[in-house]
Amino acid sequence: MKQLFALALTAMVFHPTAAAMAADAARGEQLYGSRCAGCHSVEVNRIGPKHRGVFDREAGTVPDYDYSDALRDSKVVWDEASLDAWLTKPQDFIPGQKMFFSLRNAEERADIIAYLQQVSE
Amino acid sequence: MSEEIIQSRRRFLTDGSKATLSTAAVVLLAGCGGAVAQARMDSDPAQDAAILNVALGLEHEAINAYQIGAESGLLQQPVLETAVLFQSHHKAHRDALVDAIRSLGGTPVEEKSISEYAKELQADTIGSQGDILMLAARLEKGAANAYLGVIPSFTDPTLAQVSGRLAADETMHWTVLASALGQQVPQQALSFGA
Ligand code: HEC
Repeated sequence: MKQLFALALTAMVFHPTAAAMAADAARGEQLYGSRCAGCHSVEVNRIGPKHRGVFDREAGTVPDYDYSDALRDSKVVWDEASLDAWLTKPQDFIPGQKMFFSLRNAEERADIIAYLQQVSE
Repeated sequence: MSEEIIQSRRRFLTDGSKATLSTAAVVLLAGCGGAVAQARMDSDPAQDAAILNVALGLEHEAINAYQIGAESGLLQQPVLETAVLFQSHHKAHRDALVDAIRSLGGTPVEEKSISEYAKELQADTIGSQGDILMLAARLEKGAANAYLGVIPSFTDPTLAQVSGRLAADETMHWTVLASALGQQVPQQALSFGA
């Protein structure tokens, strides 16, 4: 019983990596709705900055959003790799930022990034 | 002992007052006056305050969303009464967060004007009680997920627990709203957080 539980836990924590799978923007949109939309919208600044056009944009440059100094000065440009690093652990990627929300599941990150790319086209 | 831990220990030694205040915040927020809560040696009050400040932004938004709903004239009893009750929970969350952020040495984010929230939440698209319930359900679910998602970032585990308690309140709100909307209960386990 104990072993079964450990197994289930392992399955929950170590999801398959996204590398081999094609990212799914439609699933990303759904995930965005449940994981990101507490703080973000595509069209308007809320707790976090709006996301329309985020892909290929320099970090910390949406007008009228009150960024942390760390993010504003980061010189990061948002692409697949930088978004993946950010969503994995924002504080490790840009220390001093203020998002502190991370997404452990690589597949979910890839899907959400595909969606962010779609809303930036 | 890793370099990071050594450094934060040093920071603790030179920064004792803040760490003590952190204990106060923890006691206050956790609602357990007394010996239970102890700020950890390696806690980083500035980081914890920054996380709580984002949470405070969420609470301000939720309070205003319910205000917009209550003032719309679209809510019928008993929905109106429930909306006002949920708003009062968010006000209690707000007050607790403000106190905790101050105790940690941070500056609580200010509430914006209700018209700004109306714009952010695209309140001009609201035309019925159902629309308001849908908006509220969306915000509550988002807030529950946000509170769960920031848990690993707290340097003080007692604050992480508080975040879990706040997530539970938001989940309870979401459940009531979703059932009022006749939405299906999630069919899969572990649909929140992650
Ligand atoms: C708890 C609230 C919260 C949640 C949930 C959240 N974010 Fe954020 N996000 C923020 C805040 C606050 C900032 C601004 C950070 C700063 O200024 O340091 C931010 C900034 C960002 C940025 C930088 C944008 C720019 O203009 O440079 C990206 C990209 C981002 N978030 C993506 C996401 C995605 C994708 C999700 C969902 C997986 C998500 N966030 C969930 C609060 C949140």
